[in-house]
Amino acid sequence: MATMAAELPVERRTELIRRAAARVGTSILVLAALWGLWEGYRWLWIHEGWTWPFVVNDTTMPHLHDIFAALWGSASPGGVGPRLITVLVKGALFTAKEAAAGFAIGALGGFALGVLLAQFRLLQRGLLPWIVASQTVPILVVAPMVVVWANPKLPDSLKDWGAVALIAAFLTFFPVTVNTIRGLQSADRRALELMRSYAAGDWRILWKLRFPAALPYIFAALKISATASVVGALIGELPSSIPNGLGAQIINFSQYYTTQPRGLWATNLIAAALGISFFLIVLIAEKLVVRRAPENLV
Amino acid sequence: MSSTAPAAVQPVPRGGLGKLVGHRLIDWLPAVIVLVGIVGLWQGLIVWLDVQQFLLPKPTAIASAFWTDRQELLHAGWYTFQEALGGFALGSGTAIVVALVLARWRPLGAALMPYFIAANAIPIIAFAPITNQWFNGGLTKSSKVVIAAILCFFPVLVNTLRGLTSVRPQDLELMRSYAGGQTAIFRRVRIPNALPFMFTGLKVATVLAMIGAIVGEYFGGALNALGVLILARSRIFLFTQAWAGVFVACLFGLGLYLAVALVERVVLRWMPSTLE
Amino acid sequence: MSVVEISGVSKRFGATTALEGIELEIGEREFVSLIGPSGCGKSTLLRIIGDLIDPSGGKIVVNGKTARQARKDRDYGIIFQDPVLYDWRTVAKNVALPLEMARWPRQKRMARVQTMLELVELTGFENHRPWQLSGGMQQRVSIARALSFDPALLLMDEPFGALDEMTRERLNMELLRIWAASGSTVVFVTHSISEAVFLSTQVVVMSPRPGRISEVIPIDLKQPRTATTREEPRFFELVTQVREALHLGHDLERAAPATSQQAGA
Repeated sequence: MATMAAELPVERRTELIRRAAARVGTSILVLAALWGLWEGYRWLWIHEGWTWPFVVNDTTMPHLHDIFAALWGSASPGGVGPRLITVLVKGALFTAKEAAAGFAIGALGGFALGVLLAQFRLLQRGLLPWIVASQTVPILVVAPMVVVWANPKLPDSLKDWGAVALIAAFLTFFPVTVNTIRGLQSADRRALELMRSYAAGDWRILWKLRFPAALPYIFAALKISATASVVGALIGELPSSIPNGLGAQIINFSQYYTTQPRGLWATNLIAAALGISFFLIVLIAEKLVVRRAPENLV
Repeated sequence: MSSTAPAAVQPVPRGGLGKLVGHRLIDWLPAVIVLVGIVGLWQGLIVWLDVQQFLLPKPTAIASAFWTDRQELLHAGWYTFQEALGGFALGSGTAIVVALVLARWRPLGAALMPYFIAANAIPIIAFAPITNQWFNGGLTKSSKVVIAAILCFFPVLVNTLRGLTSVRPQDLELMRSYAGGQTAIFRRVRIPNALPFMFTGLKVATVLAMIGAIVGEYFGGALNALGVLILARSRIFLFTQAWAGVFVACLFGLGLYLAVALVERVVLRWMPSTLE
Repeated sequence: MSVVEISGVSKRFGATTALEGIELEIGEREFVSLIGPSGCGKSTLLRIIGDLIDPSGGKIVVNGKTARQARKDRDYGIIFQDPVLYDWRTVAKNVALPLEMARWPRQKRMARVQTMLELVELTGFENHRPWQLSGGMQQRVSIARALSFDPALLLMDEPFGALDEMTRERLNMELLRIWAASGSTVVFVTHSISEAVFLSTQVVVMSPRPGRISEVIPIDLKQPRTATTREEPRFFELVTQVREALHLGHDLERAAPATSQQAGA
């Protein structure tokens, strides 16, 4: 079922190693193919001088190796100061802090809310539509107001980034809530009847039956939420003039794009790495907790 | 989905709000009551706690601001909605085509699926200023359409592909017994089977499309775009008007979601309505 | 004239031998049951006849052609334990599916669907959805669908396995009635000894590891079979005969493991 014996026989282990190696191999292939596509597209468009969908040149589509080289170069156009990659990774770690905090708050809060709504149908019917509607609010424009409102209430060590964490939590909780509800309600009817025949109380049933049944659903949501928390953190940072995060770098490099295009591309690479890392962490956690987790998700 | 005894457990949430809240009109009564309650509480709290107006205006203030500016707001909303709609159509359309191709060559699809899922984890928001650079410095709709399209692409692709490939061996054996080739299998089994999955992805995409358009506008957009409008107002501290704009953005976003949900209801009228 | 001729057929899945040395001949209008414990290869054999699995060796002739050609010519209809009906089609459209694929014109299709639903006694359910029907009714739709294009051969893989005993006995009677009316040949896989004896003209007893035919028992009960057939002494004798053949195959397998088991998992 959900968890199985801990010991894996030797054949299983070699099989897993082989599969991991195959996965790494295909990843390298895919990345190489993407790199080829990029350079190929670039060469073709420049060679033919096509302007649709957009003009291709060094500014709009720098060489991939140029972007990587820029990472190792200095961050400022003058050529002095810290390396670009150092600056970006520092920013990414700051954003990661916000995202992780937001993820934790959102996941726990979302789960609690999901349990509550699954247990009380009337509450579910009353609140859920508005929770869904709340997700259509463009957070980007609301973010500065949240920061201004939250900052005075937070202790100094939590200022600014704490507010952004709240914004990240807002984007995180929704998938978790919806999937928690669905997961809790997905318990097999016959298993439910069995529990009732043991005179198990509601909370017992919740813990022993519904919750394990909900785990695959919850992890599916957590994978979405991992990404959402990073996006939420960035969206929170952008309009709020927070200097230490990756969002500030995005604004910075977008302003200087015409003179230093590779900076923004490099920032994108680091942001992508950040998003994917969060996702991978949750994926690995899922594989450990829910051994049988199918890779189905929304 | 073919008829079997108990439904296979597959943690891909399908079916929308209707499944969770209820299909009958009366099921939505608590929601209406809650709405009234929230609005009342909102108004009451602000007045009672004397919350600073600039942070969260009274609902009545927002309503009147909306009413005063409704022409301009709805026009701007429509402008941005067009970007969202364009992006939704482009992104979803491309995703469906790619899903069909990948379902046809299944080993390729299975091998690539994890990478699509990972690509979905990339925050596109960092990419928005670049698309603005690509397309007329962000002054036209195109760059926002592209952002919205990219946001819509992966959820629709992943879901549709999953639907196209979650066919049981017996379904395929049955078609083979009728000497059905790949085309027949696609037409008669894979595509109808994929429709519920596809709609799940489309509904996720509707919400993302509107948000994508507005995020794109943050980095540059025409003056009569909703995102630009809201930001301009908040920058000069006209927060009530800014919130009125947010309200309009929500309206359009919900509108798109409901439109797709309605189409789903019609197309999928054969689905057993689970009355859980 | 035999409808199915199987000579020397074997099937290996990796290191396991699912079938070995299968020799069988099925004549026109016969009702042949394949019975045996799990792993004896009966479902595999059925699918080989239907060209849904390729044999590793041996020869099969179906309706005077290769199995592949017979499948392409739609010479058989197949029914699984799961009705495999499509939720997005009404009952009528489900039955019409093979006819659509054979490009029958619409009028002809609709007429045939009506006839088939009458045959399985489901008139009036044309516009129902599969999930609105009980398991037994769904299986009847699946039978209607399999027979809709008048195949010479009907392959059935434990079709009544998921149903309760009373529905099962009723559907057994219906199946016999349909078989007599349509004049087709039936190959029927089952777990149930009494069902096999009740329905068939011949019972093929199979045993596992490696999957092979241990005995073919002709059933000489009077046709048409009725509800009282189950109460005849001859019925019990034949059931006992089949049971003993099954045990024999099982004991042989336990006493002397077959060579293929050494290569097995």
